[in-house]
Amino acid sequence: MSLEIVGIFVLWIFLFGYVIVASIDFGAGFFNAYSLLTGKNNILSKIIKRYLSPVWEITNVFLVFFFVGIVGFFPQTAYYYGTILLVPVSIALILLAIRGSYYAFESYSGLRGHKGYATAYGIAGLLIPASLSVVLAISEGGFVTMHENGPKLDYSALFTSTLAWSIVVLSLTAVLYISAVFLNWYANKAGDLKASDLMRKYALIWAIPLIVSAMGIILEMRNTNSWHYQNILDLTWLFIVSGILFIITIWLIWRKKSYGLSVVVMILQFATAFFAYGISHYPYLLYPYLTIHDSFTNESMAIALVLAFIAGLFLLIPSMYLVFKLFIFHKGYISGEDETHV
Amino acid sequence: MDNSAVFWSRALTELTLTFHIIFATLGVGVPLIILIAQYVGYKKNDEHYTLLARRVARGFTITVAVGVVTGTIIGLQLSLLWPQFMELAGQTIALPLFMETFAFFFEAIFLGIYLYTWDRFKNPKYHMLLLIPVAIGAFMSAIFITIVNAFMNAPRGFDLIGGEIVNIQPILAMFTPAMPTKVGHVLTSSFMTVAFTLAAIAAYKLLKGEDHIYHKKSLNLMMKLGLIFSIATAVVGDFSAKYLAEYQPEKLAAAEWHFETEAGADLIFFGILDGDEVKYEIRMPKVLSFLISNNFNAEVTGLNDFPEDERPPLITHYYFNIMVAIGSLMIFLAMGYVVGKWRGWQWITSRWFRWLIVLGGPLSFIAIETGWWLAEQGRQPWILYGIMRTEQGATTATGVEWLFIAFAVVYLILGIGSVVVLRRMFKNNPVSKELALRKGGEQ
Ligand code: HDD
Ligand code: HEM
Ligand code: HEM
Repeated sequence: MSLEIVGIFVLWIFLFGYVIVASIDFGAGFFNAYSLLTGKNNILSKIIKRYLSPVWEITNVFLVFFFVGIVGFFPQTAYYYGTILLVPVSIALILLAIRGSYYAFESYSGLRGHKGYATAYGIAGLLIPASLSVVLAISEGGFVTMHENGPKLDYSALFTSTLAWSIVVLSLTAVLYISAVFLNWYANKAGDLKASDLMRKYALIWAIPLIVSAMGIILEMRNTNSWHYQNILDLTWLFIVSGILFIITIWLIWRKKSYGLSVVVMILQFATAFFAYGISHYPYLLYPYLTIHDSFTNESMAIALVLAFIAGLFLLIPSMYLVFKLFIFHKGYISGEDETHV
Repeated sequence: MDNSAVFWSRALTELTLTFHIIFATLGVGVPLIILIAQYVGYKKNDEHYTLLARRVARGFTITVAVGVVTGTIIGLQLSLLWPQFMELAGQTIALPLFMETFAFFFEAIFLGIYLYTWDRFKNPKYHMLLLIPVAIGAFMSAIFITIVNAFMNAPRGFDLIGGEIVNIQPILAMFTPAMPTKVGHVLTSSFMTVAFTLAAIAAYKLLKGEDHIYHKKSLNLMMKLGLIFSIATAVVGDFSAKYLAEYQPEKLAAAEWHFETEAGADLIFFGILDGDEVKYEIRMPKVLSFLISNNFNAEVTGLNDFPEDERPPLITHYYFNIMVAIGSLMIFLAMGYVVGKWRGWQWITSRWFRWLIVLGGPLSFIAIETGWWLAEQGRQPWILYGIMRTEQGATTATGVEWLFIAFAVVYLILGIGSVVVLRRMFKNNPVSKELALRKGGEQ
């Protein structure tokens, strides 16, 4: 494998990690607001707090890792994407800032349960993936033009593009679906059957728009006969695997069986789709201007980064194991028996 | 080149970094200080120190959150506002930036565990030991990012041949001449600032009539730590100035208002500029020469020896003086307290002295801010010293002024939010109440 493939592979893994962990977080915020507004308050908020409190900063580092890493491995992306994404990413950042700090603030100031704030928090959690997923649409090409003093984003083309909107819809439904499947299992494990039932219902409901929007995107690409569609055709089998895994997840949840397994299968389903998408995107980072080959950093930096990454993993994997052991899989913690917060 | 984009990109970077650095400083300093407090509590078996660590850690949850979100903002903003520069930086100095994310990971993970496992371990020592990886993570974040900043001041580790960067050596780029003093000064000044901030809180509580032994112990410990770290800060600061004299003489010349190259240069403190003339200054004959080379008659290069378009702004003089004045004041203050405690002088418990200690907290933060303004504005017009000018690095996109306003509003909200939440957190749960509660719980 050449170094640029190693680089993009590592980054893609971390982006996938962010997508999953952040989806759970964003979706949970939305469900929390929704249940507050519809009066199902106490069922959910405790579960959500137990899962989210210790991990949100870790979630954020996945994102930081991705955007720092991509500038390291593919410095030209800083130039192209940095210039064109000024506005969309700034909006995402503002939302992220408000949401992240509000989360910490409310835990300590008695704002908990306030409907207005919770709603804002829940909605911000949906707008963030929406504004970030626009980047995927832009990478398909057609929205960026080159001028003498740099690349420019064509906003009107972007806002009227059905492809862009389908991607936004997909990201939103995916967030809600991933979150519901996870929280269903988590609530069940904590012994909160009422919450678990509710999440099970949400998971089944959101599965439908999820699959519709995913199909829609592929159809959209076929209609415009984009370069990307040709690549996707070569990888049909991977998308089919993903589809089968999706059906298995739904079946498990439907039968109210092995919720733990359903989470694993759901993650595998997204992993196959995410990587199939990534591979079919090869070699472009931004069609047609940037490929992973010509934007790649120099060899000595690449080697240094890969070595640093390997060293970093030796540090991270044991510590992540500790977190999972103490919080996610710790019976006393999940069910709220241990109250050991500072 | 669009000058308004350059102007607003600078303004927005200044705004974000000035705000982030407050929380970053706390993020670097607090883990070490609570480690010390918790260790003292453990060794002396004194629950007051343990409670001090616990209360500070609780406040830390808020400042960390704001530190993380503002850090995420600045991390992305660097690519958004300085795309050309980041393209170059990606080629040359990406390694420490990348390693920094591992330091963040490490810190975030152990901080999460530490915060959520109070009283969960049978032996409290294990819980205390969790702070060691937190502190290491925080130091490493500071060290790596400061290495990047040092690189911007003294780029190394590549060759520039015909506008092409070749022969890149990532490790060499990390160990620039600016790096040792910069890293040392950033770390010591963070520790100093956190110690004096906690001392200020203790002194304030004592002034407000909460005459609890807890606050006295806290004041005592923090003033001692503050003394050590403020002396260390000044010593490393002196080395920073010597570094400047050798590698960035125009930055030093601008900060000292030293215009003509001469032997036996005077040190100018404050004053104002009237045309070319310095007025109302405090002048110390030949001290500048002495400070940078330990020789009263050494020659110091003046600003007029540099081309006009490479001279840093003269306002850095005030930044420099304010920082040094605060550094000196804090050493005297802490020295007075520690010696006074030892000799049993009464005035260290007087109201005016305690008010001075209260003032020391915000003053330390002002020193941090002025220090960074000195370092960054003093590097102007370069974004990468001698290689890339700031206007060459800036974005070509338009509308940065609107983002400036938007982010200013966000920081205002975050700033007010942090203060309100922190106040509420401690007001509703005073020390005496918490001590009584914990005693009750133990029996
Ligand atoms: C509590 C904060 C604090 C205090 C009391 C001082 N400093 Fe400082 N100083 C900083 C906080 C700081 C800083 C925020 O950490 C800076 C900004 C950039 C850097 O490397 O450190 C800095 C930069 C900085 C620089 C510029 C370095 C560069 O541009 O590369 C010099 C020459 C000094 N300092 C010198 C001093 C001296 C002689 C002090 C005497 C007491 C002093 N500082 C006190
Ligand atoms: C180590 C932490 C750093 C801090 C606290 C810091 C602080 C600051 C401050 C306060 C300013 C405003 C200067 C002014 O008033 O003009 C500034 C400017 C700037 N900094 Fe740094 N800086 C740091 C490191 C970096 C790094 C790592 C980068 C890039 C990778 C960077 C890029 C810039 C740029 C582009 C500007 C704008 C230059 C200008 O003011 O015209 N800084 N920084
Ligand atoms: C250009 C300058 C800077 C950039 C790009 C930057 C970037 C970041 C980022 C991305 C985060 C969030 C990490 C997370 O998600 O956990 C962060 C937080 C942090 N930064 Fe900065 N930073 C800069 C300046 C500084 C400086 C000068 C220091 C220290 C002297 C510092 C120390 C920290 C620390 C300790 C945190 C962890 C949050 C906390 O504990 O409060 N940063 N920074």
